[in-house]
Formats: sequence, structure tokens, C-alpha cells
Amino acid sequence: MTRRLMKGNEAIGAAALAAGCRYFFGYPITPQTELPEYLARRLPEAGGVFLQAESEIAAINMVYGAAAAGARVMTSSSSPGISLKTEGISYLAAAELPCVIVNIMRGGPGLGGIQPAQSDYFQATKGGGHGDYRIIVLAPASVQEIIDLTRLAFELADLYRNPVMILGDGLLGQMMEAVEFNEEDDKGNRPIPKTWATTGCKGRKKNIINSLYLDPAELEQHNLHLQEKYREIVQKEQRAEEYLTRDAEIITVAFGTAARIVKEAVVSARARGIKVGLLRPITLWPFPENALKRSLQRARAILTVEMNAGQMVEDVKLAVEGKVPVYFYGRTGGILPDSRTVLKEIQRVGGYDYEDSLSKAESLVGG
Amino acid sequence: MKIVFQKPKALSAGRFHYCPGCTHGIIHRLVAEVIDELEIRERTVGIASVGCSVLAYNYFNVDMIQAAHGRAPAVATGVKRVLPESVVFTYQGDGDLASIGIAEAIHAAARGERVTVIFVNNTCYGMTGGQMAPTTLVGQVTTTSPRGREAMHSGYPVRVPEMLATLQGAAYLSRVSVHNPVQVKRAKEAVKRAFITQLKGLGFSLVEVLSTCPTNWGLSPVEALKWLEENMIPQFPLGELKITEGVA
Ligand SMILES: Cc1ncc(C[n+]2csc(CCOP(=O)(O)OP(=O)(O)O)c2C)c(N)n1
Ligand code: SF4
Repeated sequence: MTRRLMKGNEAIGAAALAAGCRYFFGYPITPQTELPEYLARRLPEAGGVFLQAESEIAAINMVYGAAAAGARVMTSSSSPGISLKTEGISYLAAAELPCVIVNIMRGGPGLGGIQPAQSDYFQATKGGGHGDYRIIVLAPASVQEIIDLTRLAFELADLYRNPVMILGDGLLGQMMEAVEFNEEDDKGNRPIPKTWATTGCKGRKKNIINSLYLDPAELEQHNLHLQEKYREIVQKEQRAEEYLTRDAEIITVAFGTAARIVKEAVVSARARGIKVGLLRPITLWPFPENALKRSLQRARAILTVEMNAGQMVEDVKLAVEGKVPVYFYGRTGGILPDSRTVLKEIQRVGGYDYEDSLSKAESLVGG
Repeated sequence: MKIVFQKPKALSAGRFHYCPGCTHGIIHRLVAEVIDELEIRERTVGIASVGCSVLAYNYFNVDMIQAAHGRAPAVATGVKRVLPESVVFTYQGDGDLASIGIAEAIHAAARGERVTVIFVNNTCYGMTGGQMAPTTLVGQVTTTSPRGREAMHSGYPVRVPEMLATLQGAAYLSRVSVHNPVQVKRAKEAVKRAFITQLKGLGFSLVEVLSTCPTNWGLSPVEALKWLEENMIPQFPLGELKITEGVA
């Protein structure tokens, strides 16, 4: 095991390389640019190809071609760039082409800003592009997890023949943390044979990669097939971190950077004797509703915290099915929630008296 | 019995869906014959675009990818970068290439991407019912230029090979037509040269093929061929615009 200090964006590149990704097509945008820059240096020496496309639209379509040709391939961008990629993502999902798409989110809408945000949750998890499709969305909360989830992303993409998105934010992309990273770990992780790929038809019948079904009955069959695959993913791939949820009366739900801040608030709340836990979705789609439902046995309130105006909270409400009240706290514009405010929110939704809990905490410390 | 004429191996069995008199079918055949003659069928990947030729993936008996509207050169780039030994071609209409996909076409050419583009110009959007295209002639009536294309309003037709000729990465650029047998023969030679350009790794190659759309032009197939010759050729002169040393 090698312990290293790595920057989030570069960690994605290093992990992708270790996972056997040899093709990257992208277009510069802040705050993810260190990732393409890193791969521009590293891919050629690994025998791969880094290509800066003329636009995000071209980049995602290069991914489409490379994936069709059977390669492990990745692209990355940030919010406005992902909007442009959505056309291609819909086609990739329709044609069942495996690839990894990284979105290091910044504030929006429009050109927005360059500070971290989580306001592309809807776009990532509810489609973004046209048609009934789903992509797997992974939300790391640390540089270590960026590495682990990048690995996983390539495996899941190949396994389900589906695009997988790594959804981070500008803070995760820019920060440096110590990580355990060993390229050797990926040795066993090699792409499964892609007999469907369009590589030239030598020795077999021709292959076609396509998303057009002019006959409505055929298109419905294709949709039913996709939906069945999505159901399988929902069953098998839900992932979440459960932190002090077992005895919790209040469950906070947050992902990525927001979850780190909320964790801090949970720790202070526990020190004040408040029984609160954190449920951190790692897969945003499929949403980890099973874990959330489990945590409801004890909980009497849910607090969702996001770096947006309230997007994941809708999935939380769907999973909670009205059994307990769901509250929301969020900041937008690239401003991070601060843990003291989150603590106050925890106390407010839990009906705790702020002064009271403080004295409880003091007595805890005193005792 | 000696076989003197048959369907190229690079074309699948089955009938084209094209309208009677549409020259898309001739152009398909030319591409397929060239693939056969160069013996590259088993390492060719074709990219079908959006437009009347959207079903080309059914017709060419090679590995085929269906691309989003205009994006075929980017898709081709992805394939070629992964499989440098493959032969990659796109088959695109004028709406697809000269309008929505112009950026992808220009930049594939600028990069000298070793792919071949077959660019079928019928001066309109055939599939969606004959709307104005970037290649529609000034004065030409279409469903979205009902008074004829007016230059002051909609500008002028785009001459794609001429435009790409300034780019160093473009190695072979040519414009041909299929309105009579002599021209069909020349068209095939140009398509072959475009593929040879790719096989020799010289850079980007594109052949614009002037084509008819009798259905949307409201003409009989024979009248359409005549209209092409009389009206399109003056606007889109035939010939090789760029040919890199070593192609012929
Ligand atoms: C993004 C997008 N916009 C519009 C369309 C609708 N559309 C289908 S074919 C076509 C025009 C194709 O014209 P052309 O490339 O000239 O080919 P032709 O049909 O004339 O052979 C359009 C606009 C589409 N499929 N996708
Ligand atoms: S609409 Fe025009 S281009 Fe399309 S198949 Fe018919 S004749 Fe050919």
C-alpha cells in the first residue's frame, strides 16, 4: 500500500488509469481542469489517447465511438459542460454503451459560478437528456473514495453496459488528502469481453450499435429491456454510508461535500446528547432507499442537507413515504453550509431547546 | 456460369427504403464496391448519420454505428483513436454535416483525423420533408423557404470542400455527382481515393456527392437528374479540390 497526498481531480485520473481506462475525450472547464491536464500527461505514456475535443458535444460523441469500439473510456466536465453532453448521454444509455462521465459540479443555473455546488442532482439522477433512461450516479465524499468509486464506476459500466457518472463538486475536485493508492489493486480488474463492439466484422457477423427503433413495438421492447436492467441495478447496487443511524431519533441525509459538513454537525450534536445520525448516499441513482427505510424504525424526523435549493430531498421524501416529517436545509450559489448552522437545524427539527442541549453538553463534558 | 455482375459483399441483402429515383442508393453501392475492391470489409466501421440515410447501418455489410444528428465525425474519431488499424467512414447528408454537425466536420478535418466522410448533398433536408438546408440554392423553393431562398434573409449555400480546403489536416477533398454514368464512374474513383487516403494514413478525406431528392424537389427522377446538372453544378463545381501526394 502506498500512502500519497493527492488532489481530487488528479485522483480520478490516476484511478481511471489504474482501472484500465486508456481513452479520454474532454473540453476544459473549471473546476475540473486538473483531471484532463493530468491525463494529457499520463495517458500517452501508458499507451492511451488523450484528446481535447472542440466542444463537450464532440467529446461525448468521441466517447460514444470509443465505447462502441470496445474501449474503457472516460470524459469529464463541470455543470454547463454536462448540459451539452446530455444529448450524447441519452444516446449512450440508449445504445447501452459503457463509459464513465465525471461531473465536478459548480453553481448554476446558466454560467453560474465556479464554486462548488450540488445543483445538478436532478440532471444527473433524473435523466438530463431525453427519453426514459437511467445512469448510475456515484457520489464520493473524500479523495480516497474518489479513487475507490472511480474503480467501481468502470466495473459497473462494463457489467451493465451503461454510462456511469461520478458526481463530485468543486471542493472535492480541488482538495488534497492523504490516500491509500496502489495501482496493483486493479490488476484483476480487466474489461470483460465485448462481443457486441464494432471493431470490424472479421470472423463474425456484423455488429450494429444503434438507438433507432422506428417500429413502436420494437422501441417498446427495447425500453422494457432497459427498464428491466434498471430494476436489477436498483436491487443490487444501492450503496450508502450509515453513520450513527442505529439509535438515531433524527436522521440527516447528505451526500458528497455536504455530508462531510453534516458529519461534523452530527458529532457536535452527539456531544450535546442528541441522538442524530447521518445517512450518506454513495449511489445517488439508484437512491439507497432500503438503507433509509431501515433507519426509519427509530427516527422521528429527517433533515436533508444539500448544496442546492432542495433536489435530493424529493427522493428522500419518496423513500420516507410520509412516515416522518422531512426537513430541508441548503445553500446555493457555491456557498457551503456551515456545520454550526446545520447543528442548529438538527436541534430545530428535533424540537430540542438550543440552550438546554448546550447545558447538557456541558454537563457531559463536566461528568 | 461466370458471374459478371453482383451485389457487392459490403452491401447486405434486402431492399433500400429510398424513394424511386433517389441517388442515395447509387452512392451506397459505390461505397460498397470500393470497400470490396480494397478488401477492407472486415476491418471497416461505418457511421450512419441522421437523415434519409439513417438506416445505412442495415445496408452496409460492415460493423456499423448509428450516430446522433451531425456527430458522426466525432464518433468516427472515437473509433479511429481506439482502432487505428480500422477503416472508418461516415455517411452524412447536407443537413447533418453542413448544419448541425459543421463543427464536428471542420474539427475532424483540422485534426487530420484518418477517416473518410461521404457527404451527400441534395440541397435539402430530405427525411424531415424537404426543408431548407445550408446547401439550398438561392432562389430554391423548399418548405421553409416557400418564396425561394433569399440571400439577404438566409445567406448563401455552404461549399463544404472549398471551406475545408484551407485546413492542413484535410488530405483529400473532392466533389462529384451521380447524375449520369460517366459521373458515377468518376464518383467511384473519388470515393476510392478518399479511402486510399485513409489507408495510407495521410489525413482526413471527404467526398461530396451531389445527389437528388425527386420527392422533395417535386420532380420526376429524370427531371431531378437534369435539375441537378443544370442548377447544382454551377453552384457546386465538380472536381478534386485537394489531393495529397501519394494518394493517386
Ligand atoms: C438533434 C436533432 N435535430 C433534428 C432532427 C430531425 N432531423 C432528422 S433528419 C434531419 C435532416 C437531415 O437532412 P440531411 O442531412 O440533408 O439528409 P437527407 O435526409 O436529405 O438525406 C433532421 C433535421 C434530429 N433527428 N435530431
Ligand atoms: S426524401 Fe429525398 S433524399 Fe430522402 S429518400 Fe426520398 S428522394 Fe431520397
